[in-house]
Amino acid sequence: MNAPETLPASTPRESDAAAKPAPPMRHVSGYSVPGEGSSTLIAAVTVIGLLLAWWVATHNGWIRDLFLPTPERIIASFAEAWKGEIQGGRPLAEHFGWSLLRVFAAFALACVTAIPIGIAMGVSRIARGIFDPPIEFYRPLPPLAYLPLIVIWFGIEETAKIVLIYLACFAPLAMAARAGVKSVSIEQINAAYSLGASKWQVIRHVVIPASMPEIFTGMRISIGFGWTTLVAAEMVAATAGLGQMVLNASNFLRTDVVIMGIVVIGIVAYAFDLLMRYVERAFVPWKGKA
Amino acid sequence: MAKLEVQHLSVHYAGRDGSGGTLALSDVNLALDPGDFVVALGASGCGKTTLLSCIAGFMPFSSGRILLDGTPVTGPGAERGVVFQKHALMPWLSVVENVEFGLRMRGMQKSQRRRIALAKLDAVGLAKFADSPVYQISGGMQQRVGLARALASDPEVMLMDEPLGALDALTREQQQELILRLWWQTRKMFFFITHSVEEALFLATELIVMTPSPGRIAHRYHVDFGRRFVECNDSRAVKSDPAFIGLREEVLQLIHSAPSAQEAA
Repeated sequence: MNAPETLPASTPRESDAAAKPAPPMRHVSGYSVPGEGSSTLIAAVTVIGLLLAWWVATHNGWIRDLFLPTPERIIASFAEAWKGEIQGGRPLAEHFGWSLLRVFAAFALACVTAIPIGIAMGVSRIARGIFDPPIEFYRPLPPLAYLPLIVIWFGIEETAKIVLIYLACFAPLAMAARAGVKSVSIEQINAAYSLGASKWQVIRHVVIPASMPEIFTGMRISIGFGWTTLVAAEMVAATAGLGQMVLNASNFLRTDVVIMGIVVIGIVAYAFDLLMRYVERAFVPWKGKA
Repeated sequence: MAKLEVQHLSVHYAGRDGSGGTLALSDVNLALDPGDFVVALGASGCGKTTLLSCIAGFMPFSSGRILLDGTPVTGPGAERGVVFQKHALMPWLSVVENVEFGLRMRGMQKSQRRRIALAKLDAVGLAKFADSPVYQISGGMQQRVGLARALASDPEVMLMDEPLGALDALTREQQQELILRLWWQTRKMFFFITHSVEEALFLATELIVMTPSPGRIAHRYHVDFGRRFVECNDSRAVKSDPAFIGLREEVLQLIHSAPSAQEAA
Protein backbone atom coordinates (compact mmCIF):
# COMPACT_ATOMS: atom_id res chain seq x y z
CA MET A 1 0.00 0.00 0.00
CA ASN A 2 1.28 3.46 -0.83
CA ALA A 3 1.81 6.02 1.86
CA PRO A 4 -0.71 8.84 1.45
CA GLU A 5 0.64 12.20 0.41
CA THR A 6 0.13 14.75 3.15
CA LEU A 7 -0.88 18.13 1.75
CA PRO A 8 -0.13 21.48 3.38
CA ALA A 9 -3.05 23.50 4.63
CA SER A 10 -2.57 26.53 2.35
CA THR A 11 -3.82 25.81 -1.15
CA PRO A 12 -2.29 28.45 -3.50
CA ARG A 13 1.25 27.60 -4.50
CA GLU A 14 3.93 30.17 -3.56
CA SER A 15 5.14 30.47 -7.15
CA ASP A 16 1.61 31.18 -8.43
CA ALA A 17 1.11 33.86 -5.83
CA ALA A 18 4.32 35.53 -6.85
CA ALA A 19 3.45 35.48 -10.56
CA LYS A 20 0.13 37.29 -10.26
CA PRO A 21 -2.00 38.49 -7.33
CA ALA A 22 -4.89 36.16 -6.57
CA PRO A 23 -8.25 37.47 -7.78
CA PRO A 24 -10.57 38.58 -4.96
CA MET A 25 -12.56 35.67 -3.50
CA ARG A 26 -16.09 35.58 -4.90
CA HIS A 27 -18.82 35.43 -2.25
CA VAL A 28 -21.30 32.64 -2.71
CA SER A 29 -24.54 31.91 -0.94
CA GLY A 30 -25.67 28.29 -0.61
CA TYR A 31 -28.15 26.46 -2.75
CA SER A 32 -31.24 28.32 -3.90
CA VAL A 33 -34.83 27.15 -3.64
CA PRO A 34 -37.73 28.52 -5.69
CA GLY A 35 -39.21 31.64 -4.08
CA GLU A 36 -36.34 32.40 -1.72
CA GLY A 37 -35.02 35.89 -0.99
CA SER A 38 -36.64 39.07 0.27
CA SER A 39 -39.68 40.46 -1.53
CA THR A 40 -39.87 43.69 0.50
CA LEU A 41 -38.51 45.96 -2.22
CA ILE A 42 -40.83 44.53 -4.88
CA ALA A 43 -43.78 44.85 -2.49
CA ALA A 44 -42.91 48.51 -1.82
CA VAL A 45 -42.65 49.21 -5.56
CA THR A 46 -46.05 47.56 -6.12
CA VAL A 47 -47.72 49.65 -3.41
CA ILE A 48 -46.18 52.90 -4.62
CA GLY A 49 -47.07 52.00 -8.22
CA LEU A 50 -50.71 51.38 -7.32
CA LEU A 51 -50.95 54.64 -5.36
CA LEU A 52 -49.34 56.52 -8.23
CA ALA A 53 -51.75 54.98 -10.77
CA TRP A 54 -54.63 55.98 -8.50
CA TRP A 55 -53.35 59.55 -8.23
CA VAL A 56 -52.78 59.89 -11.98
CA ALA A 57 -56.12 58.33 -12.93
CA THR A 58 -58.15 60.53 -10.57
CA HIS A 59 -56.28 63.78 -11.25
CA ASN A 60 -56.63 63.42 -15.02
CA GLY A 61 -60.35 62.86 -14.66
CA TRP A 62 -60.18 59.34 -16.15
CA ILE A 63 -62.38 58.07 -13.32
CA ARG A 64 -65.31 60.03 -11.93
CA ASP A 65 -65.14 61.19 -8.33
CA LEU A 66 -68.21 59.14 -7.45
CA PHE A 67 -66.45 55.89 -8.32
CA LEU A 68 -62.98 56.72 -7.07
CA PRO A 69 -62.14 59.97 -5.28
CA THR A 70 -58.59 61.30 -5.21
CA PRO A 71 -56.15 60.10 -2.55
CA GLU A 72 -56.15 63.56 -0.98
CA ARG A 73 -59.94 63.40 -0.66
CA ILE A 74 -59.61 60.14 1.29
CA ILE A 75 -57.13 61.77 3.67
CA ALA A 76 -59.43 64.75 4.03
CA SER A 77 -62.39 62.48 4.82
CA PHE A 78 -60.24 60.77 7.44
CA ALA A 79 -59.67 64.17 9.05
CA GLU A 80 -63.40 64.96 8.87
CA ALA A 81 -64.33 61.59 10.29
CA TRP A 82 -61.78 62.03 13.06
CA LYS A 83 -63.57 65.21 14.15
CA GLY A 84 -67.02 63.60 13.70
CA GLU A 85 -67.95 65.83 10.74
CA ILE A 86 -69.57 63.00 8.77
CA GLN A 87 -73.06 61.54 8.54
CA GLY A 88 -74.13 60.42 12.02
CA GLY A 89 -71.85 62.89 13.75
CA ARG A 90 -69.78 60.37 15.66
CA PRO A 91 -65.98 60.71 15.66
CA LEU A 92 -63.94 57.97 13.99
CA ALA A 93 -62.45 56.91 17.31
CA GLU A 94 -65.89 55.97 18.56
CA HIS A 95 -66.67 53.88 15.47
CA PHE A 96 -63.28 52.30 15.78
CA GLY A 97 -63.72 51.57 19.49
CA TRP A 98 -67.05 49.81 19.01
CA SER A 99 -65.76 47.66 16.16
CA LEU A 100 -62.64 46.75 18.08
CA LEU A 101 -64.72 45.82 21.11
CA ARG A 102 -67.02 43.58 19.06
CA VAL A 103 -64.26 41.82 17.13
CA PHE A 104 -62.06 41.26 20.16
CA ALA A 105 -64.89 40.20 22.46
CA ALA A 106 -65.93 37.63 19.86
CA PHE A 107 -62.33 36.56 19.24
CA ALA A 108 -61.56 36.20 22.94
CA LEU A 109 -64.72 34.14 23.40
CA ALA A 110 -63.73 31.99 20.43
CA CYS A 111 -60.25 31.43 21.90
CA VAL A 112 -61.51 30.26 25.29
CA THR A 113 -64.08 27.90 23.73
CA ALA A 114 -62.74 26.78 20.34
CA ILE A 115 -59.22 25.88 21.51
CA PRO A 116 -60.35 23.50 24.31
CA ILE A 117 -63.09 22.03 22.10
CA GLY A 118 -60.68 21.53 19.19
CA ILE A 119 -58.16 19.84 21.47
CA ALA A 120 -60.92 17.68 22.96
CA MET A 121 -61.96 16.70 19.42
CA GLY A 122 -58.39 15.69 18.70
CA VAL A 123 -57.91 13.55 21.80
CA SER A 124 -61.38 12.14 22.37
CA ARG A 125 -63.57 10.03 20.10
CA ILE A 126 -66.64 11.14 22.05
CA ALA A 127 -65.91 14.87 21.76
CA ARG A 128 -65.22 14.44 18.06
CA GLY A 129 -68.56 12.65 17.61
CA ILE A 130 -70.42 15.41 19.43
CA PHE A 131 -68.82 18.51 17.91
CA ASP A 132 -67.87 17.40 14.42
CA PRO A 133 -71.35 17.36 12.77
CA PRO A 134 -72.53 20.84 13.90
CA ILE A 135 -69.19 22.50 13.17
CA GLU A 136 -68.80 20.86 9.78
CA PHE A 137 -72.40 21.83 8.93
CA TYR A 138 -72.25 25.52 9.79
CA ARG A 139 -68.59 26.13 8.90
CA PRO A 140 -69.05 26.58 5.12
CA LEU A 141 -72.21 28.70 5.50
CA PRO A 142 -71.81 32.43 4.72
CA PRO A 143 -72.49 34.47 7.90
CA LEU A 144 -75.02 36.57 5.97
CA ALA A 145 -77.11 33.42 5.47
CA TYR A 146 -77.63 32.86 9.18
CA LEU A 147 -77.59 36.52 10.21
CA PRO A 148 -81.43 36.76 10.14
CA LEU A 149 -81.65 33.75 12.44
CA ILE A 150 -79.13 35.28 14.84
CA VAL A 151 -81.19 38.48 14.90
CA ILE A 152 -84.39 36.52 15.63
CA TRP A 153 -82.70 34.62 18.45
CA PHE A 154 -80.52 37.29 20.00
CA GLY A 155 -82.27 40.53 19.03
CA ILE A 156 -80.59 43.54 17.50
CA GLU A 157 -78.36 44.51 20.41
CA GLU A 158 -74.66 43.85 20.91
CA THR A 159 -75.21 40.15 21.68
CA ALA A 160 -76.29 39.35 18.12
CA LYS A 161 -73.30 41.15 16.62
CA ILE A 162 -70.81 39.44 18.89
CA VAL A 163 -72.44 36.04 18.33
CA LEU A 164 -72.17 36.44 14.56
CA ILE A 165 -68.47 37.37 14.69
CA TYR A 166 -67.88 34.68 17.31
CA LEU A 167 -69.34 31.99 15.02
CA ALA A 168 -67.10 33.15 12.19
CA CYS A 169 -64.03 32.98 14.48
CA PHE A 170 -64.94 29.68 16.16
CA ALA A 171 -64.86 27.13 13.33
CA PRO A 172 -61.40 27.82 11.87
CA LEU A 173 -59.88 27.97 15.36
CA ALA A 174 -61.47 24.69 16.47
CA MET A 175 -60.33 23.02 13.24
CA ALA A 176 -56.79 24.32 13.75
CA ALA A 177 -56.61 23.08 17.34
CA ARG A 178 -57.87 19.68 16.25
CA ALA A 179 -55.32 19.52 13.42
CA GLY A 180 -52.62 20.58 15.90
CA VAL A 181 -53.37 17.59 18.09
CA LYS A 182 -52.95 15.33 15.07
CA SER A 183 -49.53 16.83 14.39
CA VAL A 184 -48.02 15.37 17.58
CA SER A 185 -45.67 12.53 16.69
CA ILE A 186 -46.41 9.09 18.07
CA GLU A 187 -42.78 8.90 19.24
CA GLN A 188 -43.26 11.98 21.44
CA ILE A 189 -46.37 10.45 22.99
CA ASN A 190 -44.71 7.06 23.49
CA ALA A 191 -41.65 8.78 24.93
CA ALA A 192 -43.80 10.56 27.51
CA TYR A 193 -45.62 7.33 28.42
CA SER A 194 -42.36 5.44 28.80
CA LEU A 195 -41.12 8.19 31.11
CA GLY A 196 -44.06 7.49 33.40
CA ALA A 197 -46.55 10.15 32.27
CA SER A 198 -50.28 9.51 32.70
CA LYS A 199 -52.79 10.05 29.91
CA TRP A 200 -53.71 13.49 31.28
CA GLN A 201 -50.08 14.45 31.62
CA VAL A 202 -49.48 13.44 28.01
CA ILE A 203 -52.33 15.73 26.92
CA ARG A 204 -51.20 18.58 29.17
CA HIS A 205 -47.42 18.35 28.64
CA VAL A 206 -47.08 16.90 25.14
CA VAL A 207 -50.25 17.25 23.06
CA ILE A 208 -51.10 20.85 23.97
CA PRO A 209 -47.59 22.30 23.59
CA ALA A 210 -47.12 20.40 20.32
CA SER A 211 -50.41 21.85 19.02
CA MET A 212 -49.41 25.45 19.74
CA PRO A 213 -47.96 26.28 16.30
CA GLU A 214 -51.17 25.15 14.58
CA ILE A 215 -53.27 26.95 17.19
CA PHE A 216 -51.41 30.21 16.55
CA THR A 217 -51.99 29.82 12.82
CA GLY A 218 -55.65 29.14 13.59
CA MET A 219 -55.84 32.29 15.72
CA ARG A 220 -54.50 34.39 12.86
CA ILE A 221 -56.98 32.89 10.41
CA SER A 222 -59.76 33.22 12.97
CA ILE A 223 -59.29 36.93 13.69
CA GLY A 224 -59.18 37.45 9.92
CA PHE A 225 -62.61 35.84 9.64
CA GLY A 226 -63.74 38.11 12.48
CA TRP A 227 -62.79 41.26 10.56
CA THR A 228 -64.45 39.99 7.37
CA THR A 229 -67.68 39.37 9.28
CA LEU A 230 -67.62 42.76 11.01
CA VAL A 231 -69.50 44.65 8.29
CA ALA A 232 -72.18 41.96 8.12
CA ALA A 233 -72.57 42.11 11.90
CA GLU A 234 -72.94 45.88 11.88
CA MET A 235 -75.56 45.82 9.10
CA VAL A 236 -78.41 45.44 11.56
CA ALA A 237 -79.30 48.28 13.89
CA ALA A 238 -75.82 49.50 14.63
CA THR A 239 -75.36 53.20 15.38
CA ALA A 240 -71.59 53.05 15.60
CA GLY A 241 -68.81 50.89 14.22
CA LEU A 242 -66.49 50.94 11.23
CA GLY A 243 -68.77 48.62 9.26
CA GLN A 244 -71.80 50.75 10.07
CA MET A 245 -69.87 53.90 9.09
CA VAL A 246 -69.01 52.39 5.70
CA LEU A 247 -72.57 51.17 5.06
CA ASN A 248 -74.03 54.50 6.10
CA ALA A 249 -71.61 56.41 3.87
CA SER A 250 -72.52 54.23 0.89
CA ASN A 251 -76.19 55.16 1.37
CA PHE A 252 -75.16 58.80 0.89
CA LEU A 253 -72.76 57.97 -1.98
CA ARG A 254 -69.82 59.19 0.11
CA THR A 255 -67.32 57.00 -1.73
CA ASP A 256 -64.43 58.76 0.03
CA VAL A 257 -65.69 57.71 3.47
CA VAL A 258 -66.35 54.17 2.20
CA ILE A 259 -62.77 53.82 0.98
CA MET A 260 -61.37 55.49 4.10
CA GLY A 261 -63.32 53.01 6.28
CA ILE A 262 -62.09 50.05 4.25
CA VAL A 263 -58.50 51.27 4.54
CA VAL A 264 -58.83 51.70 8.32
CA ILE A 265 -60.23 48.18 8.73
CA GLY A 266 -57.46 46.81 6.52
CA ILE A 267 -54.71 48.59 8.44
CA VAL A 268 -56.05 47.51 11.85
CA ALA A 269 -56.43 43.88 10.73
CA TYR A 270 -52.94 43.87 9.26
CA ALA A 271 -51.42 45.49 12.35
CA PHE A 272 -53.02 42.85 14.54
CA ASP A 273 -51.72 40.09 12.28
CA LEU A 274 -48.21 41.51 12.64
CA LEU A 275 -48.66 41.50 16.41
CA MET A 276 -49.82 37.88 16.30
CA ARG A 277 -46.78 36.89 14.23
CA TYR A 278 -44.55 38.55 16.81
CA VAL A 279 -46.32 36.73 19.66
CA GLU A 280 -46.03 33.48 17.68
CA ARG A 281 -42.27 33.89 17.29
CA ALA A 282 -41.95 34.61 21.01
CA PHE A 283 -44.10 31.66 22.13
CA VAL A 284 -43.26 28.96 19.59
CA PRO A 285 -39.76 29.74 18.35
CA TRP A 286 -39.37 26.05 17.52
CA LYS A 287 -42.13 26.15 14.90
CA GLY A 288 -41.04 24.37 11.75
CA LYS A 289 -37.72 23.36 13.29
CA ALA A 290 -38.59 20.06 14.92
CA MET B 1 -32.54 -9.25 41.28
CA ALA B 2 -34.18 -7.59 38.29
CA LYS B 3 -34.80 -9.82 35.33
CA LEU B 4 -36.61 -9.35 32.03
CA GLU B 5 -38.23 -12.42 30.55
CA VAL B 6 -39.98 -12.73 27.18
CA GLN B 7 -41.82 -16.03 27.00
CA HIS B 8 -43.42 -17.54 23.88
CA LEU B 9 -44.24 -14.09 22.55
CA SER B 10 -46.30 -13.98 19.35
CA VAL B 11 -47.79 -10.99 17.57
CA HIS B 12 -50.32 -11.51 14.84
CA TYR B 13 -51.32 -8.39 12.92
CA ALA B 14 -54.91 -8.51 11.68
CA GLY B 15 -55.38 -8.32 7.92
CA ARG B 16 -57.31 -5.46 6.44
CA ASP B 17 -60.57 -7.44 6.28
CA GLY B 18 -59.97 -9.26 9.56
CA SER B 19 -58.71 -12.44 7.90
CA GLY B 20 -55.22 -13.45 6.82
CA GLY B 21 -52.86 -10.92 8.36
CA THR B 22 -49.21 -11.44 9.15
CA LEU B 23 -47.35 -13.17 11.92
CA ALA B 24 -44.94 -10.42 12.95
CA LEU B 25 -43.45 -12.40 15.81
CA SER B 26 -43.60 -16.13 16.33
CA ASP B 27 -42.76 -17.76 19.67
CA VAL B 28 -39.95 -15.45 20.73
CA ASN B 29 -38.11 -16.31 23.94
CA LEU B 30 -35.59 -14.05 25.57
CA ALA B 31 -34.16 -13.50 29.02
CA LEU B 32 -32.09 -10.57 30.25
CA ASP B 33 -30.19 -10.19 33.50
CA PRO B 34 -28.61 -6.96 34.73
CA GLY B 35 -25.48 -6.28 32.73
CA ASP B 36 -26.78 -8.09 29.65
CA PHE B 37 -26.59 -6.20 26.38
CA VAL B 38 -28.89 -7.92 23.91
CA VAL B 39 -28.74 -6.69 20.34
CA ALA B 40 -31.43 -7.68 17.84
CA LEU B 41 -30.17 -7.73 14.28
CA GLY B 42 -32.10 -8.42 11.13
CA ALA B 43 -33.49 -7.12 7.86
CA SER B 44 -36.54 -4.85 7.72
CA GLY B 45 -39.73 -6.70 8.55
CA CYS B 46 -38.11 -9.28 10.81
CA GLY B 47 -40.13 -8.07 13.79
CA LYS B 48 -37.35 -6.52 15.85
CA THR B 49 -39.13 -3.20 16.30
CA THR B 50 -42.34 -5.10 17.12
CA LEU B 51 -40.44 -7.00 19.81
CA LEU B 52 -39.13 -3.76 21.31
CA SER B 53 -42.57 -2.14 21.18
CA CYS B 54 -44.03 -5.11 23.05
CA ILE B 55 -41.36 -4.93 25.77
CA ALA B 56 -41.84 -1.16 26.03
CA GLY B 57 -45.58 -1.72 26.40
CA PHE B 58 -46.52 0.35 23.34
CA MET B 59 -48.02 -2.62 21.53
CA PRO B 60 -50.29 -5.41 22.74
CA PHE B 61 -49.30 -8.95 21.81
CA SER B 62 -51.33 -11.97 20.72
CA SER B 63 -49.92 -14.62 23.01
CA GLY B 64 -47.10 -15.28 25.43
CA ARG B 65 -45.98 -13.00 28.22
CA ILE B 66 -43.36 -10.46 29.18
CA LEU B 67 -42.23 -10.34 32.79
CA LEU B 68 -40.09 -7.74 34.50
CA ASP B 69 -39.08 -8.91 37.98
CA GLY B 70 -41.90 -11.43 37.68
CA THR B 71 -44.51 -8.73 37.04
CA PRO B 72 -46.32 -8.92 33.68
CA VAL B 73 -45.84 -5.95 31.34
CA THR B 74 -49.21 -4.43 30.47
CA GLY B 75 -48.27 -0.95 29.23
CA PRO B 76 -45.46 1.62 29.11
CA GLY B 77 -43.67 2.40 32.35
CA ALA B 78 -40.71 4.32 33.68
CA GLU B 79 -38.84 1.14 34.66
CA ARG B 80 -38.32 0.56 30.94
CA GLY B 81 -36.57 3.55 29.36
CA VAL B 82 -36.84 3.94 25.60
CA VAL B 83 -34.50 5.67 23.16
CA PHE B 84 -36.13 6.23 19.79
CA GLN B 85 -34.88 6.14 16.24
CA LYS B 86 -36.01 9.72 15.84
CA HIS B 87 -35.00 11.40 19.07
CA ALA B 88 -38.66 12.29 19.93
CA LEU B 89 -37.60 15.20 22.15
CA MET B 90 -39.98 18.02 23.04
CA PRO B 91 -38.83 21.09 21.08
CA TRP B 92 -40.64 23.48 23.43
CA LEU B 93 -38.38 22.40 26.30
CA SER B 94 -34.68 23.12 26.70
CA VAL B 95 -32.13 20.30 26.77
CA VAL B 96 -32.17 19.97 30.57
CA GLU B 97 -35.96 20.28 30.74
CA ASN B 98 -36.23 17.39 28.28
CA VAL B 99 -33.95 15.27 30.45
CA GLU B 100 -35.94 15.99 33.61
CA PHE B 101 -39.32 15.49 31.87
CA GLY B 102 -39.94 12.02 33.33
CA LEU B 103 -38.99 13.11 36.85
CA ARG B 104 -41.29 16.11 36.57
CA MET B 105 -44.16 13.86 35.46
CA ARG B 106 -43.67 11.84 38.62
CA GLY B 107 -43.81 14.95 40.77
CA MET B 108 -40.18 15.28 41.83
CA GLN B 109 -39.16 18.66 43.24
CA LYS B 110 -37.48 21.01 40.84
CA SER B 111 -34.11 21.34 42.56
CA GLN B 112 -33.79 17.59 42.97
CA ARG B 113 -34.76 16.72 39.40
CA ARG B 114 -32.54 19.45 37.99
CA ARG B 115 -29.58 17.98 39.86
CA ILE B 116 -30.25 14.48 38.47
CA ALA B 117 -30.81 15.81 34.94
CA LEU B 118 -27.55 17.77 34.99
CA ALA B 119 -25.68 14.70 36.21
CA LYS B 120 -27.10 12.63 33.33
CA LEU B 121 -26.26 15.37 30.83
CA ASP B 122 -22.74 15.35 32.19
CA ALA B 123 -22.61 11.58 31.70
CA VAL B 124 -23.39 11.99 27.99
CA GLY B 125 -21.05 14.99 27.66
CA LEU B 126 -23.68 17.66 27.17
CA ALA B 127 -23.49 19.60 30.44
CA LYS B 128 -22.52 22.74 28.52
CA PHE B 129 -25.71 22.58 26.44
CA ALA B 130 -28.17 22.24 29.32
CA ASP B 131 -29.99 25.49 28.54
CA SER B 132 -29.84 25.25 24.74
CA PRO B 133 -33.04 24.73 22.77
CA VAL B 134 -33.08 21.15 21.48
CA TYR B 135 -33.67 22.24 17.89
CA GLN B 136 -30.38 24.12 17.83
CA ILE B 137 -28.10 21.18 18.61
CA SER B 138 -26.90 18.54 16.15
CA GLY B 139 -28.60 15.21 15.47
CA GLY B 140 -25.94 13.29 17.38
CA MET B 141 -26.36 15.58 20.38
CA GLN B 142 -30.14 15.22 20.21
CA GLN B 143 -29.74 11.45 20.40
CA ARG B 144 -27.52 11.87 23.46
CA VAL B 145 -30.23 14.02 25.07
CA GLY B 146 -32.65 11.17 24.35
CA LEU B 147 -30.23 8.80 26.07
CA ALA B 148 -29.85 11.08 29.10
CA ARG B 149 -33.62 11.48 29.28
CA ALA B 150 -34.14 7.70 29.42
CA LEU B 151 -31.35 7.31 32.00
CA ALA B 152 -32.71 10.08 34.22
CA SER B 153 -35.63 7.88 35.27
CA ASP B 154 -33.09 5.23 36.37
CA PRO B 155 -34.88 2.42 34.49
CA GLU B 156 -34.05 -1.24 34.94
CA VAL B 157 -34.05 -1.83 31.19
CA MET B 158 -32.91 0.45 28.39
CA LEU B 159 -34.72 -0.20 25.12
CA MET B 160 -33.06 1.33 22.09
CA ASP B 161 -34.70 1.29 18.67
CA GLU B 162 -31.98 1.93 16.07
CA PRO B 163 -30.91 5.05 17.95
CA LEU B 164 -27.84 5.56 15.77
CA GLY B 165 -29.44 4.79 12.43
CA ALA B 166 -29.65 8.39 11.24
CA LEU B 167 -26.15 9.46 12.29
CA ASP B 168 -23.04 9.78 10.15
CA ALA B 169 -20.38 7.07 10.48
CA LEU B 170 -17.98 9.05 12.68
CA THR B 171 -20.64 10.25 15.14
CA ARG B 172 -22.09 6.77 15.16
CA GLU B 173 -18.86 5.18 16.36
CA GLN B 174 -18.48 7.79 19.11
CA GLN B 175 -22.03 7.12 20.27
CA GLN B 176 -21.42 3.36 20.29
CA GLU B 177 -18.50 3.90 22.64
CA LEU B 178 -20.58 6.24 24.81
CA ILE B 179 -23.38 3.68 25.03
CA LEU B 180 -20.94 0.93 26.00
CA ARG B 181 -19.45 3.09 28.76
CA LEU B 182 -22.89 3.97 30.10
CA TRP B 183 -23.87 0.30 30.02
CA TRP B 184 -20.72 -0.66 31.86
CA GLN B 185 -21.18 2.04 34.52
CA THR B 186 -24.87 1.40 35.14
CA ARG B 187 -24.93 -2.39 34.72
CA LYS B 188 -28.49 -2.12 33.47
CA MET B 189 -30.17 -4.44 30.99
CA PHE B 190 -29.81 -3.07 27.47
CA PHE B 191 -31.89 -4.15 24.50
CA PHE B 192 -30.70 -2.59 21.27
CA ILE B 193 -31.93 -2.84 17.68
CA THR B 194 -29.75 -2.26 14.65
CA HIS B 195 -29.30 -2.99 10.95
CA SER B 196 -25.55 -2.87 11.22
CA VAL B 197 -23.72 -6.17 11.79
CA GLU B 198 -20.57 -4.40 12.96
CA GLU B 199 -22.50 -2.26 15.45
CA ALA B 200 -24.33 -5.35 16.73
CA LEU B 201 -21.15 -7.34 17.30
CA PHE B 202 -19.36 -4.42 18.91
CA LEU B 203 -22.10 -3.69 21.45
CA ALA B 204 -23.67 -7.04 22.26
CA THR B 205 -23.10 -9.53 25.01
CA GLU B 206 -25.84 -11.53 23.34
CA LEU B 207 -26.59 -11.09 19.67
CA ILE B 208 -29.90 -12.36 18.31
CA VAL B 209 -30.30 -12.60 14.55
CA MET B 210 -33.92 -12.37 13.52
CA THR B 211 -35.52 -13.49 10.26
CA PRO B 212 -38.84 -12.38 8.77
CA SER B 213 -42.07 -14.18 7.82
CA PRO B 214 -42.73 -15.10 10.51
CA GLY B 215 -40.50 -12.86 12.66
CA ARG B 216 -38.44 -15.10 14.90
CA ILE B 217 -35.02 -15.48 16.46
CA ALA B 218 -32.99 -17.61 14.06
CA HIS B 219 -29.54 -17.49 15.67
CA ARG B 220 -27.95 -16.48 18.93
CA TYR B 221 -24.34 -15.56 19.58
CA HIS B 222 -22.61 -14.81 22.85
CA VAL B 223 -19.93 -12.23 22.24
CA ASP B 224 -17.74 -10.02 24.41
CA PHE B 225 -16.24 -7.38 22.12
CA GLY B 226 -18.05 -4.61 24.00
CA ARG B 227 -16.53 -5.71 27.28
CA ARG B 228 -13.13 -5.85 25.64
CA PHE B 229 -13.60 -2.30 24.42
CA VAL B 230 -14.47 -1.09 27.91
CA GLU B 231 -11.30 -2.72 29.23
CA CYS B 232 -8.86 -1.54 26.53
CA ASN B 233 -10.74 1.61 25.39
CA ASP B 234 -9.57 1.10 21.80
CA SER B 235 -12.43 0.42 19.44
CA ARG B 236 -10.17 0.14 16.38
CA ALA B 237 -8.22 -2.67 18.02
CA VAL B 238 -11.43 -4.51 18.85
CA LYS B 239 -12.98 -4.03 15.44
CA SER B 240 -9.85 -5.06 13.55
CA ASP B 241 -9.37 -8.21 15.64
CA PRO B 242 -9.49 -11.27 13.31
CA ALA B 243 -12.07 -12.86 15.62
CA PHE B 244 -14.31 -9.80 15.18
CA ILE B 245 -13.87 -9.76 11.41
CA GLY B 246 -14.46 -13.50 11.14
CA LEU B 247 -17.67 -13.34 13.13
CA ARG B 248 -18.81 -10.28 11.20
CA GLU B 249 -18.44 -12.18 7.92
CA GLU B 250 -20.23 -15.18 9.36
CA VAL B 251 -23.22 -13.11 10.50
CA LEU B 252 -23.32 -11.18 7.22
CA GLN B 253 -23.37 -14.52 5.37
CA LEU B 254 -26.28 -15.63 7.56
CA ILE B 255 -28.29 -12.48 6.87
CA HIS B 256 -27.66 -12.55 3.14
CA SER B 257 -28.65 -16.22 2.84
CA ALA B 258 -31.89 -15.69 4.77
CA PRO B 259 -34.94 -14.92 2.61
CA SER B 260 -35.98 -11.29 2.80
CA ALA B 261 -39.47 -10.23 3.79
CA GLN B 262 -40.41 -9.41 0.20
CA GLU B 263 -39.23 -12.73 -1.25
CA ALA B 264 -40.91 -14.80 1.41
CA ALA B 265 -44.21 -12.95 1.22
